[in-house]
Amino acid sequence: MRRRFALALLLVLLAVLPAAAPSRAAEPLVADLSKHLVAITTGFAGTDVLLFGAIEETGGVNAGDVVVVVRGPNRAEVLRRKARTGGIWINSGIAKVDSAPSFYRVASTRPLDQVAPKSVLDRHQIGLDHLKLDIRVKDADADLAEYRKALFRLNQKRGLYGTETLRIGMLSQRLFRTDVHFPANVPVGTYMVEVYLLVDGQVVSAQTTPLVVSKIGVGADLYDFAHQQAAAYGIIAILLAAAAGWLAAVAFKKA
Amino acid sequence: MQIYLPIAEMSVNVFLILGLGGGVGFMSGLFGVGGGFLMTPLLIFLGIPPTVAVGTEANQIVASSVSGVLAHWRRGNVDIKMGLILTAGGFVGSTLGVYLFRILRNLGQIDLVISLCYIVFLGIIGALMLVESLQALRSSRKHAAGGTTAPRRKLHQHSWLHGLPFKMRFRRSKLYISALLPALIGLFVGILAAIMGVGGGFVMVPAMIYLLGMPTAVVVGTSLFQIIFVTANATFLQSTMNHTVDVVLALLLLAGGVIGAQIGARFGVKLKGEQLRSLLALMVLGVCAKLLFDMVMVPNELFAIGAGGKH
Repeated sequence: MRRRFALALLLVLLAVLPAAAPSRAAEPLVADLSKHLVAITTGFAGTDVLLFGAIEETGGVNAGDVVVVVRGPNRAEVLRRKARTGGIWINSGIAKVDSAPSFYRVASTRPLDQVAPKSVLDRHQIGLDHLKLDIRVKDADADLAEYRKALFRLNQKRGLYGTETLRIGMLSQRLFRTDVHFPANVPVGTYMVEVYLLVDGQVVSAQTTPLVVSKIGVGADLYDFAHQQAAAYGIIAILLAAAAGWLAAVAFKKA
Repeated sequence: MQIYLPIAEMSVNVFLILGLGGGVGFMSGLFGVGGGFLMTPLLIFLGIPPTVAVGTEANQIVASSVSGVLAHWRRGNVDIKMGLILTAGGFVGSTLGVYLFRILRNLGQIDLVISLCYIVFLGIIGALMLVESLQALRSSRKHAAGGTTAPRRKLHQHSWLHGLPFKMRFRRSKLYISALLPALIGLFVGILAAIMGVGGGFVMVPAMIYLLGMPTAVVVGTSLFQIIFVTANATFLQSTMNHTVDVVLALLLLAGGVIGAQIGARFGVKLKGEQLRSLLALMVLGVCAKLLFDMVMVPNELFAIGAGGKH
């Protein structure tokens, strides 16, 4: 009797389990990257990563919008403002940002303000205007807003922040793709690629994929060596230079 | 062809850096100067972080001064005793300089101090050199015979400086002076060298001639001898304290630099000393004027960003 009951329970479980487990086909959003590692090798001069995916048809009037946010690891930044003192321009104001994304880029199928209301963009920090930043300003002549703008402007100049929302191309209202460019000066670390599916201004699905930017090969070894064995690195640098100088003197002595 | 610099954390064009090394090497071969005062501002201009430019340039100067000192060594134009005392002062000075560099960087005023140092020293030395070389040019034109036209100077003047203690005999330099004097000069130039990312030859050479009264024949060799150790010390400290020495960048620069220096030296033989010095003076004043201009003009970007305190 007991055994029979156990068997029955097992059968029931077997029947129920597949239904309970999330079915892949029913997932409204699937996305992936063409690579999950950006390797900074000796010849590195920037690279593009392709982000692609598909959305499930929602049945609504709108097929939905896809928004992609790429965030670099957070880091502390210091901003300084020059002012004229006694005829020359010197740094006179300072602002510290505890953690600002070292890399930030947004791509969307439509302009952000048409995709979602401000509250939603704020909540998910989508778009530079919606980033939460803790900026502490010590400056009598410039306010927080100016420093915030300067942070964005300078990072855009360095190619680390996007200057505009990139376009995401849609194929037959289901497939999407976009290229994310990583410039040569891209900071290393673990990046987060967030993909949002929005319908009628609300996030209905989201997926986060990590992307690792890392130095690989001789350059990486040199960097590690320089930081972990700084004294040995310094001595080797000096000996290398001395040897090169000596070699040059000998090589050109005859000529 | 791009190459990624592991310490500067940016990618640069190999040929641009080789060309830069070659160009500055050409100048240094032509004029017999280290070239650090040209290279460091140019590297910063290319977008290399100033801290990395200064640290790496110190490393490169080790190579160019080793290469340069050997020729003087063979001719016996190095006063080792004097060189060692200058080096002792230079060690202390460059150590202080690297610390000072770090403090100023944290205060956010390092760029200002670097620029001010350049403007003051390049301005003074460029102006003095220009006046002196123009006078020499004019007088050599008067005496068409050429030859040694510079007015005969006393070996050195006696002043209160000669009353200082710790007197020492420097045979090569034909001097009997207090060891404190070269030690202090070494200290001062060492501080400058560490902060400005230069060897300091352009300050050291006039100081040796006019303050110490050393014969010109041994000045350049001894100065180079001392620069090797001071820049080696700066390289070591910058790499251990600030991690700002990029060997890849240094090797590229010196590869271009040694070739450029040889070509420059060959051209230099064809030009007259006064002409060379007046050209060099003009170039020094040019760099000075550019820096002064940048400081006074309204910058197109008032804000600057720097990574915050290293964890």
